[in-house]
Amino acid sequence: MSVPAFAVEGLGHRFGRRRVLNGVSFSINPGEFTVLLGLNGAGKTTLFSLATRLYAQGEGEIRIFGMDIRERALECLRLMGVVFQQPTLDLDLTLEQNLYYHCALHGLSRREAAGRIAAEVERVGLAERRRERVRLLSGGQRRRVEIARALLHRPRLLLLDEPTVGLDIASRQFLLDHVRHLCREEGLAALWATHLIDEAGDGARVIILHKGEVRADGGAAQLLGETRTPSLRAAFESLVREPVAA
Amino acid sequence: MRPIHYLRCLVGVSIREWLRFLNQRGRFFSALVRPLVWLAIFATGFQFVLGVSIIPPYDTYIPYSIYIAPGLIAMILMFNGMLSSLSMVYDREMGSMRVLMVSPLPRWFLLTAKLFAGVIVSVLQAYAFLAIALIWDIEPPWYGYIAVLPALVLAGLMLGALGLLLSSAIRQLENFASVMNFVIFPMFFASSALYPLWHVKESSLVLYHICELNPFTHAVELVRFALYGQLEPVSAAVLVISTVVFLALAVYGYDPAKGLMARRAAE
Repeated sequence: MSVPAFAVEGLGHRFGRRRVLNGVSFSINPGEFTVLLGLNGAGKTTLFSLATRLYAQGEGEIRIFGMDIRERALECLRLMGVVFQQPTLDLDLTLEQNLYYHCALHGLSRREAAGRIAAEVERVGLAERRRERVRLLSGGQRRRVEIARALLHRPRLLLLDEPTVGLDIASRQFLLDHVRHLCREEGLAALWATHLIDEAGDGARVIILHKGEVRADGGAAQLLGETRTPSLRAAFESLVREPVAA
Repeated sequence: MRPIHYLRCLVGVSIREWLRFLNQRGRFFSALVRPLVWLAIFATGFQFVLGVSIIPPYDTYIPYSIYIAPGLIAMILMFNGMLSSLSMVYDREMGSMRVLMVSPLPRWFLLTAKLFAGVIVSVLQAYAFLAIALIWDIEPPWYGYIAVLPALVLAGLMLGALGLLLSSAIRQLENFASVMNFVIFPMFFASSALYPLWHVKESSLVLYHICELNPFTHAVELVRFALYGQLEPVSAAVLVISTVVFLALAVYGYDPAKGLMARRAAE
């Protein structure tokens, strides 16, 4: 069996006295597209912040291709591409300048960077606009740039935190198709966090996170069977419903 | 990561800082106008109020405008250091700080690269100021222009590191106004930028000691002596020590496990 691309075991985190993650465990294999589904405040962003070392990890373990992120943080970060929930492009720089900056942070030479940037912007259909300032791009186009950027250093694991927030249906579909294609064709592992249930369709594996705990983990069909519900929405609602006190 | 990767990262961060600077023409303009206003108006007005006796590194009586020029250069470095700290707070609020922080290089290096990038921009502005200051007959010897370079870099590093430290502590963009009130103005006025310290000593011994302890005084003095090809060793030592301390504290502040990032997250 191959080493999981991303594995968390007993992961917990608190902000002061408030517990935001509690005993979270799951793993993702190379080539797997996994949706982390949860309402706002479920703990998705905290999980991403722990996995990218923006927050220091306390309880539990995070392993990237078998490496403990606490012990080999830099090697882990090199294998990871991240799309943050917040937009992180420099609006006053051109699309290309933003991407060159990312390549420099990952130690790529100018020549290597040029080739990869050309290929990635082509893939997201923005080759014509590479010399334009990011400020002039639409929300959907900016997100495409961010995904292109996250792939420049050829990561093997892609973490996307609510990448489709605020986008129209066509842009959302483009991003979903693009990332799923990368998983299928290039063996990339992707963890796609969202609160939009329809992004969890098409046979993807779904992990439901609620109030910092994993409530369910499996394919959509499996979740429907387990919850005896007719749709993913109904399954999700039944899983996150609070038990009524007797 | 091999050493070449570190170098590429440093170059990339510097290019970004430079491009951002070019895109913010207003910033360039105001960074130059501010000291020039002091030079053209303040220095002219005070020309005959403040008597400047012969003090090193000057070997003769000098007009007041020549006295305050190094202070104004240090002012450029300070404003730039603080502005780059402002941009760090902005970056953090806007999210681009995350891009820097998740790149696979040690955090201390990423922050140092950011600091160097800011210093390059500061130094170029300081030279632009010196070029314009020729209009007011501020004309150090030719070798002064070369000798001042390391002084500008060191002073820029110290002030940039202070900015970095502040940025790790400032929670929001709005708090920058208090940096103006509580850091920039006191540091500038309690220094040898506008008046020689012997003047201060005559008026208040306490203030004199404060000025002596102020690292900004040493930034001004290092630049002042360097413009005449001389080294002020005490100032150089103070700047090196202050830079190391401020940078170490900033790295601590940006450490997710220990510093203010962790505390902020907990709030």
